[in-house]
Amino acid sequence: MTTAPFRLSADRPAFDQVPNYDPSLSLTGNPAYHPSTAQKVALVFVGIGALACLVGWASGSGFGGALLATVVIGFGGGGMAYAWLTYGQGHAGIQNHGIMFSAQQARGHVGWLWGILLTGLYVLVYWFPQYLTGLIAVFDPISNALGYPEGSRQWVMYGSFYSLAVGTMGVRAFLKYRHIRYQKIRTVSVVFFQLVFGYSLPYLFVLLDQPELYLHYFWPLDYDGLWPDTFGWMPMAALIFGAAMIFIGTPVLTYFFGKRWYCSWVCGCGGLAETAGDPYRHLSDKSQRAWKIERWMIHGVLAFIILTTLMLWANAQWGVLGPIATGFKKWYVFFIGLMFAGVIGVGFYPVFGSRVWCRFGCPMAAILGLQQRFFSRFRITTNGGQCISCGNCSTYCEMGIDVRWYAQRGQNIVRASCVGCGVCSAVCPRGVLSLENGPRDGRIGAPQNNLIGDLDIL
Amino acid sequence: MHLVIVGNGIAGITAARHVRKLDASARITVVSDESDHPYSRTALMYLYMGDLQFAHTKLYEDGFWTKNRIDLVRDRVLAVDASAKTLTLRDAQPMSYDKLLIATGSVPRFAGWPGQELKGVQGFYDLQDLDRMETDTAGVRHAVVVGGGLIGVELAEMLHTRGIGVTLLVRSAWYLPAALPEEEGMMVNEHIRACGIDLRLETELAEVLPDSSGCVHAVTTSRGDTVEAQWVGIAIGVAPNVAFLKGSGIETDRGVLVDEHFQTNLPDIYAAGDCAQHRTPPPGRRPIEPLWYAGRVHGATAAFGLCGQPRAYAPGVFFNSAKFFDLEWQVYGDLNTTLAADERTLYWQHPTEDKAIRLNYTVADSARNVSSLTAVNVMGIRYRHDVCTHWIEHGTDIETVLQNLGAANFDPEFTAQHEADLVAQYNRQAGRTLTLERTRGRIRSLLALSR
Ligand SMILES: Cc1cc2nc3c(=O)[nH]c(=O)nc-3n(C[C@H](O)[C@H](O)[C@H](O)COP(=O)(O)OP(=O)(O)OC[C@H]3O[C@@H](n4cnc5c(N)ncnc54)[C@H](O)[C@@H]3O)c2cc1C
Ligand code: SF4
Ligand code: SF4
Repeated sequence: MTTAPFRLSADRPAFDQVPNYDPSLSLTGNPAYHPSTAQKVALVFVGIGALACLVGWASGSGFGGALLATVVIGFGGGGMAYAWLTYGQGHAGIQNHGIMFSAQQARGHVGWLWGILLTGLYVLVYWFPQYLTGLIAVFDPISNALGYPEGSRQWVMYGSFYSLAVGTMGVRAFLKYRHIRYQKIRTVSVVFFQLVFGYSLPYLFVLLDQPELYLHYFWPLDYDGLWPDTFGWMPMAALIFGAAMIFIGTPVLTYFFGKRWYCSWVCGCGGLAETAGDPYRHLSDKSQRAWKIERWMIHGVLAFIILTTLMLWANAQWGVLGPIATGFKKWYVFFIGLMFAGVIGVGFYPVFGSRVWCRFGCPMAAILGLQQRFFSRFRITTNGGQCISCGNCSTYCEMGIDVRWYAQRGQNIVRASCVGCGVCSAVCPRGVLSLENGPRDGRIGAPQNNLIGDLDIL
Repeated sequence: MHLVIVGNGIAGITAARHVRKLDASARITVVSDESDHPYSRTALMYLYMGDLQFAHTKLYEDGFWTKNRIDLVRDRVLAVDASAKTLTLRDAQPMSYDKLLIATGSVPRFAGWPGQELKGVQGFYDLQDLDRMETDTAGVRHAVVVGGGLIGVELAEMLHTRGIGVTLLVRSAWYLPAALPEEEGMMVNEHIRACGIDLRLETELAEVLPDSSGCVHAVTTSRGDTVEAQWVGIAIGVAPNVAFLKGSGIETDRGVLVDEHFQTNLPDIYAAGDCAQHRTPPPGRRPIEPLWYAGRVHGATAAFGLCGQPRAYAPGVFFNSAKFFDLEWQVYGDLNTTLAADERTLYWQHPTEDKAIRLNYTVADSARNVSSLTAVNVMGIRYRHDVCTHWIEHGTDIETVLQNLGAANFDPEFTAQHEADLVAQYNRQAGRTLTLERTRGRIRSLLALSR
């Protein structure tokens, strides 16, 4: 047999666009999606959970906890079963197959619908809870047990949904990344902090006739944590804990571990992003332009909250600023606290990715980021010349960092916005990236590699 | 100087970027008929699998090329007239050049099987191939992939994610015998099978059979089996893409013949990447190196020559990596699959998981009395490039390597580490009592120590 190359003529056909499926038209047409019967059954359970919500909403009654049980079993049980059937079987490994064809995950029409629905729900919860009375009633058993007053019960509903989402999607994340121990431990941590510090503990305090305390949020993310009026009603111990965390705990932890100790291990917003947001992490904008906007915005918000806090204290002390200070306060609470962090931050997951708030708005992330960039021992190390420029790392970075830009130069990655989720390292098919804490000198710039150093290859 | 580069692959583009660094005034034109913007060929599989979209695989944002004044032209070069220093293009007017770099990559090899021209039979190399595969595999139930190399297993994985059954025909007894020793090859075999692929070893394609409409319908193998398949992928290797140079006066053999500066027989014409063939390759290197990593060094080295500051090709310690479904592989150094007379091997394999470490080293030589490390091969474990190459380049003694092996580990934090098992195994085999200094992240001090 002769071994002849095949196509050597000048007849290479014209090529215009990779025939990627148009996700907006492919509700069922995703060629990489083949749900099994068991998976379909699990999805039916999720559907029943959604139906129970609708029934509660429409009827205005929770049917004495029956709907609550259905919601938990449907969403939680069905969702976890689906995750198990999808990611828990066979070889463990990165399975992002078909995401770019998915009408839900690739900004197709399902994604947009989902985004609009979520955003709408957030608007209702924050400003028009009266339209959600029926849905809120589904969670009456919990509200009653806590003695929550009418009129603020939407927060019990909201907290319960939030925790259900983090728990269920946390199981999904755990299974999806089950071949990486870093991911398993990190996922367990972030779910634990939401379920215990974000959900159980605050309600336990309420039961004990104490104020609702979120011990895993600190100023400036918890924006009124250092405001003068907070000092009026908060227990001293909580205030001392909060202040110690801001001024001592945060810088020390960030020095040793980077901002990841908070953003992807502890924070509740981060928790939702890492679990419920995981299916949308690739939607973040990686362009230089987005990076520019990001730096202006996030540091702008930081300046805004620092200024507001200082003005409020000056006002409380000397009564000099009057309406200007309260005006700042009002605008911060409305635009940043509610609109940005609350509504846009989560409602836009299916359109702009899971970390819009963390990336463009969170003043806590801004502080931690500055510390990480300039004082920390954390970096992502690039493994010499092994990068094949495939683009997986950049695509799946939820913070919109163009990781490849560094990797294909053989350069360490030290960026203020990196939350240390470790997914770039997980999706890299060539083992190029590793999150590390190490000595500070030589942290920024190219690693020592004779080949790359000598020829300036990358 | 007007430099024209034919081919916007990694070799051509690395050259373009380096010429820009070395010569701010050069006019640089890159011609390719595959795509407007350079992209990562190694990521082709992720497009089909739906992990990435084409835009994700572009090496830089589109603005990068204008900013660095590198003109990207979408056209095909049909012929080179070296005496007139012009190129004949398919669509545009002839283009003249002062210097020329040929970086046209490869084309898939076919072995002349009966039926290889049928619809549904193809190689897999460029975006046009991907396009064809996308169309031709729609609705396919079973496919056959031919070839025991890296593209073969990629094709199998791609088809598998679309729910298409795959029979994979491999000539050898284990996967990738040119690069993997038997133990690792067996591990890959089993891994591929566990992923649901019908892997048939020591089997070759004999003939492709058509249906009534001239599409592939089945194949027969060298073992006399018939496998029904509506699509056949050929991945038995690639050959340099140099046919269009016939009659140009540029000397070719299998590829374009080049010296250590990547210069051809003509002074102003260079060639780099898959299409280049070294007249005298550096020790341990093959004359043709169809690898992404090699293409990058080729391109950078050629750029120095093109800018009149020639440097000899010095690719450093060999390395490569790949992923077989979920199994990662990295190699550093020249890994002999059959050991040389003065070579030994230390191999450890995890009892249950797909993980293995192999260190090859020489028998202690009398002059320095060291057993120098020659190669590192890891499966399912990530090792550090700089540490491994440093040890190999300096012929570090195997016992020093073993004691410091923790510093070579590059797995994510919290990953179980197995270097101690390897040391224990060495101690048993060699009757020694070495202990592992487990630290990771002390590379810097370590390098300073052994330098
Ligand atoms: C599917 C696949 C996976 C791979 N995975 C790996 C891997 O994981 N690791 C690794 O090391 N290597 C891998 N390789 C090999 C690696 O991609 C190649 O070695 C490398 O891309 C070669 O680069 P190059 O610049 O020499 O040529 P190419 O990338 O082939 O670029 C040549 C360009 O020139 C254009 N061209 C050719 N002729 C003409 C003409 N006459 N006129 C105009 N334009 C022309 C072509 O269209 C093409 O765009 C893989 C290859 C394939 C096909
Ligand atoms: S750079 Fe990596 S670790 Fe950091 S946020 Fe992006 S994906 Fe996560
Ligand atoms: S670092 Fe890894 S994932 Fe990122 S481009 Fe390089 S090879 Fe791909």
